Parts: sequence; structure tokens; C-alpha cells
Amino acid sequence: MSASGGQARAGLPISPPTAYDLDRIREEFPILKQSIHGKPLVYLDNAASTQKPRAVIGTLSRFYATEYANIHRGVHLLSELATAAYEAARGKVARFIGARDTREIVFVRGTTEGINLVAQTYGRSHVGPGDEVLLTAMEHHSNIVPWQLLCEEKDARIRVVPMSDAGELDLDAYDKLLGPRTRIVAVTHVSNALGTKNPIRLMVEMAHARGIPVLVDGAQAAAHSVVDVRELGCDFYAFSGHKVYGPSGVGALYGKLAHLEAMPPYQGGGEMIRRVSFEGTTYADPPQRFEAGTPSIAGAVGLGASIDYISNLGREAIAAHEQDLLEYAALRLGSMSGVQLIGTAREKAAVISFVIDGVHAHDVGTVLDHEGIAIRAGHHCAQPVMDRFGVPATARASFALYNTREEVDVLVRGIEKVQEMFA
Amino acid sequence: MTSDLRDLYQEQILDHSRAPRNRRIPEGANRRAEGYNPLCGDKITVHLRVEGEVVKDVGFEGTGCAISTASASMMTESLKGKTLAEAEALFGRFHDLLTGKPAAKSASPELGKLAVFSGVREFPIRVKCATLAWHTVRAAFDQKPEPVTTE
Repeated sequence: MSASGGQARAGLPISPPTAYDLDRIREEFPILKQSIHGKPLVYLDNAASTQKPRAVIGTLSRFYATEYANIHRGVHLLSELATAAYEAARGKVARFIGARDTREIVFVRGTTEGINLVAQTYGRSHVGPGDEVLLTAMEHHSNIVPWQLLCEEKDARIRVVPMSDAGELDLDAYDKLLGPRTRIVAVTHVSNALGTKNPIRLMVEMAHARGIPVLVDGAQAAAHSVVDVRELGCDFYAFSGHKVYGPSGVGALYGKLAHLEAMPPYQGGGEMIRRVSFEGTTYADPPQRFEAGTPSIAGAVGLGASIDYISNLGREAIAAHEQDLLEYAALRLGSMSGVQLIGTAREKAAVISFVIDGVHAHDVGTVLDHEGIAIRAGHHCAQPVMDRFGVPATARASFALYNTREEVDVLVRGIEKVQEMFA
Repeated sequence: MTSDLRDLYQEQILDHSRAPRNRRIPEGANRRAEGYNPLCGDKITVHLRVEGEVVKDVGFEGTGCAISTASASMMTESLKGKTLAEAEALFGRFHDLLTGKPAAKSASPELGKLAVFSGVREFPIRVKCATLAWHTVRAAFDQKPEPVTTE
């Protein structure tokens, strides 16, 4: 794209923010130079996972080549270096999401594990028979199933905040659902299937007014907007490394220190203990209490590098660029006949879910793939959302900091090809 | 359009996906089964009228992608009048065609027009789309009470 990008962009009526050097940014992502089925790659599956900049790839390579050892145990120099790098990454995560204290950051495998951790520790010690866990109609399966497992075990029940046809949560219903038996609210910051940005700060205030804690699934938000857990006020916030341009297999769970200190361990093993005997074990303080076994050491270090990369570009600048792409794509796709956008909330991240009349999302995905365009086709691990909108599946284009308006144009031409083929 | 994409979406497949045959519940149907592809959320119900060992009539309900709809449609046409054993054998050959077993590289003559699905071989992720209706009909032969899935 970058070779022809400048030329094509000149013809557009409104140019994207100027300080944002897109060609240079794209140079930092080697994979974007790939050809797919002989066409330039147009990667629009960023809500599933983001591609990696040289800064992350290079950090992983350098770390393994020069600093790698196990952490928190060796007296040797490499172990000290690796431990320092791992703990420095924890500090970067804390600053990235506005946490006050690095002890509030637990490294996990990803958002899913973060949510399971809270369900199995905080949840198991606070949710009992007849209690309620409050979710919303737009949750990803990973913010549904861990709570179902908990509720089955505890004979508790799931309540669900409904949403409108635009894909916005019904806050009046939410207000009524916050009841005397509600033990925790678990809500996504940004919907992966619809793009809706939820009013987390307000929802936290409403829950806290009744003494109910809130967990936020930040998987789709962390890379695309400024996240400040203290401003949001939430009790827990989970996100994944691979969706913030970092490695897969690592992510972070933020928990308010008072919660983490009171929570029992998640998994047992090395690293999470203070003293072990066969009569009993005393556990380490947070965050180590929740990090049993050797973690994804290089993953955490790579995540630190991706956070540095994003922070250097500036999250406001990234958000402005992605909002420009969203508006442009919504305008282009929204004006195509036979194309219906699913999820039209006023506050949205750069995710466009759509259906094409008479064409199944999988066929859309296959034809677009042959145009070099990678999108997601399916239920997006959010089957209740699909049921809500009465579709078996949608096609989803999701944008990231390196996408261009020209790529939106390629997508539009691809959709036209789909329509020609299945007309 | 690239050539292997045209191999996948052959005209006959597009025709059956636009206008599926036998999308109905046959009169006197005595066996049915539901199929589900968790990958895409597609659901299909296959209805059969089986007399003795012979499939007298077959129809289906549900919607899916072009491949799964066309496959269900063409399957219903292929199965009518076959014995259950013949239907099983046909599915075996069809499956070999889709998964590219060397013996099936040139479609066996018994497959007849089902040979148009040979292009699916180049799209492993879509094999389940093409086999959903077939898995479901086999479940209907056995009268399995639970929905079958492609997993």
C-alpha cells in the first residue's frame, strides 16, 4: 500500500491528521509488505489480533539473544537482568493504564485468563447461592463463560443488561438490575462485535453507589484509546498483549490493591508462595501470589516494548487517526446498497460489522481474502450479540493505527466484487 | 476473480445456493436431525422419509453460506432413491473428494454432479461447510436425538 498510498491519498477530499506519518508507521510493520493471493495485504482483522512493529520483534530477539534467564530466583547476572526487564515491563503496564502501584498489575496469558482469575478468586469468595453476576448483552464469550462456570458452582445466576438496536446499553435497565444480590458487574469497555464504547465511568459510579465492584474487559480498548483505571474507577481491568501490538500469550490484569491483597491464590505453584511445607503454605503478596509458575517472561518484555511504541506515537493521535478511518469507512460502507451496518452506537471504536444482503459472512470473507483483504467473518465469539441482531454471523472490518483510507477503498471494491459474484 | 476462487464458487454451486432445491419438510417424513457448525453458527435441519432401507424423500431447512446451502441442496437431489448403505458410500467418496485423498483426485463417476465441490479441497476451512448437511443426514439415519456438530 505504501508505494501507491501517497498518490491515491492526494485525491481525497479531507486528508487524515497531518502530523501522523502513516507511511513511516507502516514501514515499522514488516508483515504489511506481504502479498496475499498476489494482492497487497489489507489487514483489517485488528480486533482479532494486531500486527507487530519492529520495536517489538527486535526486543524479543534481543532479549532472547542477550538477557534471557528465568526470573526471581537466580543469583546469577542473567537472571537479574531478566528479572529487571520483566519488572520494568510491569511498571510500563501500570503507567499505560494509570495504575498507582505496580503491585496492582498481574501478568496473565491474556484477557481471558484475567477474567477467569477474578471469577475463580474474587468471585468464588464473594458469590454465593442466590447471588447475581451482572453482565451485558454485548459481552465476548470470554466475559460470559467464566461467570457461568462460577454461577453453576455457586448456584448463583447471571443477569444481563440489554442493549438497543444501535448496540448501546440500556442504562435504565442497568440501574434496575443493580440489586441487593448483585455481587459483581463484568462489562466490556469496547464491544468486539459492534465497536460500541461503553460509558464505563458512569457504570462504575452507579455500581459503586450500591457497593458493587466492576470488572472491565479491556481487550478491545487498550490499544485504541487512553485508558486510565483510576479515572474509570473500576475494580479490575484486563487486557491482552497481542491486541496492543505486543506478543500473544501475555496480558495484564489490573486489580485494586485492597482486592488483590484479600483474594486467595488462583493457581498453585512456584513463584506464588512465601513458604511451603507439607503441613501448609503461606502465599506471596500480590502480584506474585497470582503468578504461579514461570510466566511469559519475554512476552511481558515484548509487551513493554509495544507499550513504549504506542506511547511514543501518542494514544490521542492514534485514536484520532482511527476515528477518521471509522468515519470514512462508515460513510463509504453505509452508503453501499445491499450493505447493512450492525452496531451504530454514537460512541464507537474503529470496528465495522456488516452484512451483505443475500451473502453469508463466510463467503464474504473468502472472496475478500482473495482480494488480499483480511477480515473476520463469523460470530466473533459473541453469539448472544448475533442472536440479538437476528443474524447467524457478520463480516467485520476492524482498524488499527497503520490502516489507511485507501485500504477502506480497497474494501469497498472488494465488497462490490462479492455483490457481483453472488448477485 | 482468481481461478481457484472460481473453482470454489462454480456456477452450479452458486445456482444451488441462490435457489436451493428441496428446502422443505417432505410429506410423511419419519426421520430428522439437526446439524450445527459452531465455527460460523450455521444450523441445518434435515428431514427424511425412509421406507425399508431406501431414502424415498429428503428435504432440509436452515440457511448457511453458499457452500453449505448448495451442498445441502445437491445432497438432497443425490440421495433420493438411494439405500442407506449407498448413501453412506457416497458420503465417503464426497469426503475424499473434499479432503483431497489422492485416490479421489479425479472425481469418481458415482459422485456425478457432486464433483463440482472439488474446488473446496483448496479451502480446508470450508470443508466443514460442505459436509455439514451430510453429517446431519447420517445422524438422521441413526435418529440421533442431539444436534450433531462439525467439530
